[in-house]
Amino acid sequence: MKTCLVVDDSPVIRKVSRRILEDLGFEVAEAANGVAAMAWCDAMMPDVILLDWRMPEMDGLEVLRRVRASRGGSVPQVIFCSGETEIERIREALEAGADEYIMKPFDGAIVAGKLQSLGLLQVRAA
Amino acid sequence: MIEAPDRAYLAALCLARAGLRVDPEKSYLIESRLAPVARREGFVSPQGLVGALRGRSDDRLAWAAVEAMAMSDTEFFRDRPVFDRLSAEILPELARSRGGAPVRVWSVGCGTGQEVYSLAMILADLPASAGPWDLLGSDLSERNLEKAQAGLYSQFEVQRGLPARALVRHFEKKGEGFALSPQIRQMVRWRRVNLLDDLSSFGRFDLVLCRNVLSGLAPEAHTRVRTSLMQALAPGGRLVIGLRDTLGGSFKALAPGLGLYAAA
Repeated sequence: MKTCLVVDDSPVIRKVSRRILEDLGFEVAEAANGVAAMAWCDAMMPDVILLDWRMPEMDGLEVLRRVRASRGGSVPQVIFCSGETEIERIREALEAGADEYIMKPFDGAIVAGKLQSLGLLQVRAA
Repeated sequence: MIEAPDRAYLAALCLARAGLRVDPEKSYLIESRLAPVARREGFVSPQGLVGALRGRSDDRLAWAAVEAMAMSDTEFFRDRPVFDRLSAEILPELARSRGGAPVRVWSVGCGTGQEVYSLAMILADLPASAGPWDLLGSDLSERNLEKAQAGLYSQFEVQRGLPARALVRHFEKKGEGFALSPQIRQMVRWRRVNLLDDLSSFGRFDLVLCRNVLSGLAPEAHTRVRTSLMQALAPGGRLVIGLRDTLGGSFKALAPGLGLYAAA
């Protein structure tokens, strides 16, 4: 079973994301901030990280840089999940090493589509 | 609630005008498709709209109802493996075989344009030596074509199927939505086409995409459109149908799992 770490300071977003990902067959862990996210990654690198951008103390870009610099940190596919919708911000995230980008608000179809395009989910015939 | 005789009338109208197979028993579907048209046209309910259709001869209103019933969902790079195959194999091969002559591509039932724009984005990444490309998008609905031509999509639409890298490369933010670049938009011509009409004047195409259209047609219309598609394919041309569509004989299956066929 593939694993996904959901990093978001909003408990509501974490709950919604968890439900969507579990329905898609993922095992889900949650982190409410960057420090907790790094602790998860040090213990067991997930297959996917769903990563918020704006968080107090350590923001998503910083988490991404630290993950990529850590041992095994090139393994997880990182999907930014943020309220930022400016093209320049999305480009910045991709250039920093994110694999995909989801703009909030999102739904299950969007998450499933992004996971499919990253090869993490079998494409079901539409 | 639309009464049964009115639903039967609507189904007959869709069949006569566009060859559409509409099940008059599916009252919920009919209501939900007609509700936006009814609102736009100032009726208090879909029932009022169908009542007006039966009461007077209003060609424009009749077409608005038929087009709404023909609507189907679309998204960028829908059924991704199909586009992977087109991009890696079919499009470069067609370009090679045409040896510099324009490669003609037709997106039949293009809806709001996501399918043919997905192709245009792929073509923009191929070497300049491949092509030139001549892309045509056609649909029954003028409203769809207007939206397609404008190339303006909602935040929800650009997240369905479109990779983030393609978004940052080909779109810019415009208000709450996202506008496709003029470079991609100007690669496509648009035309309103009813598939029941004589299509021979369009000439022949090297690639025809007719996805999720055939499954919505009544048997007679299906046969007619299949013949038109066959005549529209250039020698060596390729046809792509939707994964739920069926085609019947006279085409050669190349990759049925992807809906990919060639003229036999």
